[in-house]
Amino acid sequence: MKSATPNTRPDGERRKFLERAGAAAMLLSLAPGVRLVELVLARAEDQPVSAQMRWGLLVDATKCSEGCTDCVDACNDEHGLTGLGRPETDAQYIRKVGLRDKTTGKTHSLPVLCQHCETAPCVDVCPTGASFRRADGIVLVDKHICIGCRYCMMACPFKARSFIHEDLTDQVPESPRGKGTVEGCNFCVHRVDRDREPACVEACTEARHGALVFGDMGNANSALSQKLRELTNRQIRSDLGLNTGVRYHGI
Amino acid sequence: MRRRLAAVGLAFIMGAGWSISTPADIPLPAPPKAKGDRCVEPTDLMRRNHMEFLLHQRDETVHRGIRTKKHSLVECLTCHTQTDAAGHYIPINAPGQFCQDCHAYSGVKMDCFECHATKPRNSASVHSKSAAMSGTSPAHLSNLARVVGNRP
Amino acid sequence: MVPIRYQTLAGKSAGYWLLFIALAAVTAIGYAAAHYMEVNGHYVTGMTNQIVWGTPHVFAVFLIVAASGILNVASISSAFGKPEYKPLARLSGLLSIALLVGGLIVLVLDLGRPERLVVAMTYYNFKSIFAWNIFLYVGFLLVVAVYLWMMFEPRMNKYSKPAGIVAFIWRFVLTTGTGSIFGFLVARQAYDAAIMAPMFIVMSLSFGTAIFLVVLVATFQWTSRPLGDDILRRLKNLLAIFVAAVLYLTVAFHLTNLYATEHHGVERFLLLDGGVYTAVFWLIQVVLGGLVPLLILFSPTVSRSRAAIVLAASLVIVGGLAQVYVIIIGGQAYPLVLFPGMEETSTFFDGVVHAYVPSLPELLLGVGGIALSLLIAVIAMRVLPFLPEQLPDSAPHGEDAPTAAAASTAR
Ligand code: HEC
Ligand code: HEC
Ligand code: HEC
Repeated sequence: MKSATPNTRPDGERRKFLERAGAAAMLLSLAPGVRLVELVLARAEDQPVSAQMRWGLLVDATKCSEGCTDCVDACNDEHGLTGLGRPETDAQYIRKVGLRDKTTGKTHSLPVLCQHCETAPCVDVCPTGASFRRADGIVLVDKHICIGCRYCMMACPFKARSFIHEDLTDQVPESPRGKGTVEGCNFCVHRVDRDREPACVEACTEARHGALVFGDMGNANSALSQKLRELTNRQIRSDLGLNTGVRYHGI
Repeated sequence: MRRRLAAVGLAFIMGAGWSISTPADIPLPAPPKAKGDRCVEPTDLMRRNHMEFLLHQRDETVHRGIRTKKHSLVECLTCHTQTDAAGHYIPINAPGQFCQDCHAYSGVKMDCFECHATKPRNSASVHSKSAAMSGTSPAHLSNLARVVGNRP
Repeated sequence: MVPIRYQTLAGKSAGYWLLFIALAAVTAIGYAAAHYMEVNGHYVTGMTNQIVWGTPHVFAVFLIVAASGILNVASISSAFGKPEYKPLARLSGLLSIALLVGGLIVLVLDLGRPERLVVAMTYYNFKSIFAWNIFLYVGFLLVVAVYLWMMFEPRMNKYSKPAGIVAFIWRFVLTTGTGSIFGFLVARQAYDAAIMAPMFIVMSLSFGTAIFLVVLVATFQWTSRPLGDDILRRLKNLLAIFVAAVLYLTVAFHLTNLYATEHHGVERFLLLDGGVYTAVFWLIQVVLGGLVPLLILFSPTVSRSRAAIVLAASLVIVGGLAQVYVIIIGGQAYPLVLFPGMEETSTFFDGVVHAYVPSLPELLLGVGGIALSLLIAVIAMRVLPFLPEQLPDSAPHGEDAPTAAAASTAR
């Protein structure tokens, strides 16, 4: 019997990590100009992700315009989410939600995606541990052990997950997807692991909307952390106390 | 008793030899030739252990974010897919293709290609993003800086 | 005291074979429906990315809940030492196993990847109630099997009381676990309630007793075994209490929810303007499955008729399915509230009531689960002596017959 919890790391590895942290501390004290970020940036492809990081996203709703779907299109493109003309069963990782305040009538438009919670309900309920939170805060489905029970979809407060209802062909190599498993936004791990931003963020930036800021919430110096200090922001369903990795400004 | 066993064994070996020597009966797998001159590990190690490498890599990548190319399933496609006369890729798990040939022979069933792509991302047929995918676009380089936030 | 003699079904009559073939056929059709769903994918069902658990879950949860409740008859006899129920304890244990197996099979066949069942058995996330339930369900089957063995084996009879107590406790934990599948879903307005677990326990007693009554009368009737009014009267009184308790908890559940402004939307939806869910709730769950059976069961005149008791029990079963339907499907149909105080629109059905129509394959799979449960019972009764030869009013309340004669016919 294996426990599929990814957080339980073998001791040797923890030791390695401590050694590395110690080395980092030494570097810091030896050369004040060298910062931890550079060391993180240098994560080689054969190094595991580190729990010192936490990937996060800030959505600036004031810069997000109604009718714009650049982020959604980029996501669909990146993950090969071509609809089969059945909106009720087609997968969506990110969607634009329109809001209208029932009292004041003020409207907003903003993207909703997996919120990458620190204490994710989907992770708690998953019987096999297929839903898991990676050390760096990204909530993922290990589709190799997903049995398709859909309990995570019942548990997710954000409707962030989709079930694949039929056979797929011609998947994108970087985003394997197949019938009978559950999936959702994965912050484009395949890109993030290679030091690239998620497709939605890249598209929003390239189109000069600047409504999405991605980065390391665990690092106080990251652009994201600075923005989060600068702009008032909130979490969706903050009443649940999930400490989400996606924050919203302007609603 | 022992003699009888030996006889049975001999008959068995002869039978096996006979069936091997008649390829018309049970054709031996002959996976198509790969591109490149060497596989990611010595060929006979690959022949015997490719599944272990793949399954190990799978957990390393999915749970720990390790992205080495050597045992990555996506990478197998680059060398082991074939193209047809018109230059289009043939799915790697199609009959007679590399990942199907031996498996059909030894009766191995695997579900990997229900999800995993069977052809490399074809630069001609894929989206405009492919320049960015190859990691050479300037946009990509500027991303790097923003993602990890090494601004002052 | 006259010892109780148990006897297998002869299983030679045309009626037996007809029943057997009918149940086997419905089970096979259910399996074919599941196969069809698996090959094509769930898009051929009514389920969507909004209604992720559909009709198969309704049947599965109903059967699993009832499986725990139906063991109550045995519990009363061994754990609470009421000898009147003793002759029926074996049947109670058998039906409990049969219903649980039927329910679990439906649950498994509705998975996106049923072929990965072995993954569910080898990878566990111990924070998940689902994972606990896998242990609770498998453990329950074992506990009841051991309990049955102690009832069957004369040398083990003396241990049947402790075994019964273990089964009794297990059963409560199991139903609490099943209820918690929903009770722990903090995200959903309709589920986030601690009362879910006690409600499921009472539901299990009600559904289980109802099914037991129907099966009891039917088997005794069809096998021409004498059945006294005494035991029926006791069972129907029990049923009446459980039905009343379910109604009471339903009221308490909705009243508590109505007290919290946060839940007004979903309560309004279920109780007033939820269309089919409101109708199913009031008409089938409350009136047909609650009030009408209560009237029948509490009426001193009407409830003297056996047909009336069976009718009341059948209505409780129908009402129970309706209740689970409203909980599972109705609870999902109401949209999740992401931004309180805001109207939400999107391409992913935010802010709108989600449509769901059960599809034929789903229904066939669900009904197939019921048929499988009954098929197991019908086969088991033929192979092993689960049924007492007779149960007249002067019912023998003694030990199981230890005589050689009884042993040869019964064991
Ligand atoms: C239900 C869908 C599904 C199935 C079936 C599946 N995979 Fe995967 N696989 C994925 C996903 C999703 C990823 C994550 C991709 C990423 O993060 O880049 C992945 C990643 C991997 C990786 C690491 C990435 C890479 O390309 O090297 C390997 C290796 C892998 N899978 C091997 C397998 C093997 C071997 C099988 C068959 C035994 C298999 N997978 C079956 C969905 C699937
Ligand atoms: C750099 C190109 C390259 C890559 C990448 C590559 N291979 Fe190979 N592979 C080869 C070559 C060349 C051979 C040798 C073929 C021969 O000897 O005829 C080979 C042989 C094999 C064989 C033995 C075939 C036989 O005829 O017995 C297997 C199995 C195999 N590769 C599997 C894989 C798998 C699985 C991957 C992905 C993890 C992979 N290869 C990646 C080039 C590659
Ligand atoms: C030289 C013949 C050969 C080639 C070529 C080959 N395989 Fe295999 N593969 C086998 C054999 C034989 C087994 C069964 C080994 C066993 O059961 O111990 C197997 C098993 C596997 C398994 C494990 C299946 C399971 O669930 O047990 C995976 C995964 C796999 N192969 C992937 C691949 C992929 C991907 C390719 C193409 C890149 C490939 N194989 C090409 C011979 C081959």
